[in-house]
Amino acid sequence: MWVLIIIGGGILVTILGPITVTGFGDLDWFIASVIKGVIAIILVVVWILILSKLKNFIFKKEINS
Amino acid sequence: MTELLIPAIVSCVVAFFVVYFMTPPLIKVLTQRNFAVKDMNKIEDVMVVRPGGPSIIAGIIASEIILYAFLQLNEILAIIITTSAAFVIGYVDDRKVMKGWFKPAALAVAAIPIIVFGAYDSDLAFPLFGVVQIPALYLALVLFMIPITGNTINSIDVLNGVASGFMVIASFTLSICLFIVQNYEIAIVSLPLGFVSLAFYKYHKIPSKIFPGDSGALTLGAMYGAIAIVGGVEIIAAVALLPAVINSFLFLSSVKRIVEHREIKGKPVIFTDDNKLEATNDKSAPVTLVRLILAGGPLSEKQVAFAIFKLGIFSGILAIITAFMMDVSL
Repeated sequence: MWVLIIIGGGILVTILGPITVTGFGDLDWFIASVIKGVIAIILVVVWILILSKLKNFIFKKEINS
Repeated sequence: MTELLIPAIVSCVVAFFVVYFMTPPLIKVLTQRNFAVKDMNKIEDVMVVRPGGPSIIAGIIASEIILYAFLQLNEILAIIITTSAAFVIGYVDDRKVMKGWFKPAALAVAAIPIIVFGAYDSDLAFPLFGVVQIPALYLALVLFMIPITGNTINSIDVLNGVASGFMVIASFTLSICLFIVQNYEIAIVSLPLGFVSLAFYKYHKIPSKIFPGDSGALTLGAMYGAIAIVGGVEIIAAVALLPAVINSFLFLSSVKRIVEHREIKGKPVIFTDDNKLEATNDKSAPVTLVRLILAGGPLSEKQVAFAIFKLGIFSGILAIITAFMMDVSL
């Protein structure tokens, strides 16, 4: 989980952070925030799916041993 | 730095002794009023009074007011108001059974003083990779963080002494990390949380004389979250809290909805003949950290609590490593 947090941080800083939107005037920052928010939510869902798989793997391993 | 020494010592002493001396009379009053619940992790009918929240919030408010007198930081006011609001929300839930959504929604409202006082920095710092600026998203993060930390500590309050003992480890870790990232003032502000938890642990440890209740657990969790935000150490705080986060995650991913523990019919833990705890095979029971620890075989309540503390110390070490990594850039 710690490693996932650090990797997630890397994705956020290097990919998500620099995203900028132009051409919508005063709404630029808002649209950029919405895009970043949607991508962040997708990343959280992926993170939860990975954790679920890990949880199932650990449980099955404990039960089999 | 040296000028912070006196406020730090005074506030820590006040935080510890207010809770230490206030909890026994609170136990007496709660016993007289018959505010007791059955200890679910004992075979025999053991009744324990609750909530211990009033003594916890008294220790926090007293110590933080002293710090405000010395430092006069808006951050301290934001922490006091948010934490007090979390206490009120928890106390309402202690007295009257509320729906599962009540606490997350109300705690999001409790986070508003942090925004109103401007007691945050919208730059989110990550180890190795640096800082990301998310001014609009950060406001949403503030509103999410207090409910998450509050409910996370509340959800780990399952065995005698675990919530307070775990908070001792997590909050002192957070204070150490704040010193490492050289945020000395907020590090001092965070110290009373550890001392309040430590004093309460004396009465909460096995066998519990008092339970913190929702008012106590939400108070501790909300203050932890508020310190993480005003100190700009959100990621470090999340790492220190990982065992409790995993517990919440396991619970939510197995019940697949936001629900109160008391609304769940299946119990994750059963008793063996020799009074130990054992993971149940009941498929309707939620998956929890305790159930995961007991998957290896039956353990006593004390052994499970110490297993959680060991995980807390391990996460604390990871949090301290993370704090050192904040200065390292790839």
